[in-house]
Amino acid sequence: MDWQAIWLSVRLAVSTTLILLALGLPLAYWIAFSRRRWKFLVEAVVSLPLVLPPTVLGFYVLLAIGPRSPAGALYARLTGGMLPFSFQGLLVASVLYSLPFTVQPVAAGFAAVDRRLLEASWCLGVSRLATCRRVLVPLAIPGIATGAILSFAHTMGEFGVVLMVGGNIAGVTRTVSISIYDQVQALNYAAAAETSLFLLGLSFTVLALTYALQRRIWSVWPLN
Amino acid sequence: MRGLEQLALIALLCTGCAPHVQPRKLTIAAAADLNFALEEISRSFRQQHPAIDLQTNYGSSGNFYSQIQNHAPFDVFLSADVEYPRKLAGEGLGLADSLFVYGLGRIVVWVPAQSALDPATALQAAAVRHVAIANPQHAPYGRAAEAAMRSLGVYDRVEGKLVLGENVAQTLQFVESGAADVGIVALSLAIAPPVRDRGRYWQVPLEAYPKMEQGGIILKESAAARAFRSWLLDPGGRAVLQRYGFYLPGN
Repeated sequence: MDWQAIWLSVRLAVSTTLILLALGLPLAYWIAFSRRRWKFLVEAVVSLPLVLPPTVLGFYVLLAIGPRSPAGALYARLTGGMLPFSFQGLLVASVLYSLPFTVQPVAAGFAAVDRRLLEASWCLGVSRLATCRRVLVPLAIPGIATGAILSFAHTMGEFGVVLMVGGNIAGVTRTVSISIYDQVQALNYAAAAETSLFLLGLSFTVLALTYALQRRIWSVWPLN
Repeated sequence: MRGLEQLALIALLCTGCAPHVQPRKLTIAAAADLNFALEEISRSFRQQHPAIDLQTNYGSSGNFYSQIQNHAPFDVFLSADVEYPRKLAGEGLGLADSLFVYGLGRIVVWVPAQSALDPATALQAAAVRHVAIANPQHAPYGRAAEAAMRSLGVYDRVEGKLVLGENVAQTLQFVESGAADVGIVALSLAIAPPVRDRGRYWQVPLEAYPKMEQGGIILKESAAARAFRSWLLDPGGRAVLQRYGFYLPGN
């Protein structure tokens, strides 16, 4: 069993989820409440990774973070490092790849909150930020939890994008899906089956646990 | 309705219910590095044999090997490593008497045209951050690259800089995009028409890595498959293969 790859995938998935929560919540708020006419354009861009094949995304990301692109050159000047074939580069790709999986459920969760409760809070003199923290987010927790689980699970299972930008370095960019692929390619079916089974078990456990937790929220909520 | 009946008839014919009828369709599974050479060869083959519907599929030899083990419907298999056809012959999945070798895999050190590096010394250069090779775990060219770096005495210096392409074409793409500085790829790729002008290469001496015999085998007996095999191995076919970097030391 390739524990190094499993641990790398878990680290990547957790970091991606945290970054996506930080970026995705404000973005989802804007999508849920903005009345801008061109909002549909932002929504379309956010949802692109759902439609684009991972190969397309990976191909673009590799070019965009490479040393010949402005972004890659700027990163090299600031940090002295390079994004391709690094954990940070993979993180950039994963965040883009899983963006809709966070933003869409969270935006739906925000939009489902009764607007009158938000307005009541504003009328009572509570600031917009505090209203978000104390009214909106607690009421939208199921949507936020779904977004977090989906982006975690999606990153755990990410394959095409990593294949395109990772460079398959052990402990840095060789994620569990790549490791399984390599084992199959090397006709090492027993090892592939072992790691696959572990991944299946882990994915199921994470999903089952989170849905179980959500269920408790749902059943406790009406009692308050 | 008529169209449907015709479709059903075609489907029936294609599923091979008539093994004694000479097949018109000939499906080739070929290693991805043969792409350019085989396009040219099959063009002339089609002109000569208009009755044969030749189809070529490109992919990784290892992938094809496991697909053929699961009875993928290919007639001829052209592998980047003759070991796979040899195994298929041993397993009774290919015709042992049709086994043939068409070339020797050759590797080159490749840098993009605009790079300041000299390909002959690029592996030792201190400025190099990433060296791309194909994955030695399953790509024959990756194994050759690793062996060559060991025998050239640069492996220890390069080991920490290695990035692995899924195959030799992706390895080239890593270097071409600038993400990696230098790569070890197949000669056939470096001299292929779309790549030729985009980079410079240094041919690694053949003695530096184990011989990589490239070979093929006929999987299903048919006159069309035999015709294709001899077309490939005739002086005409050999000349095209040689132009694309596939040749034996004798040639």
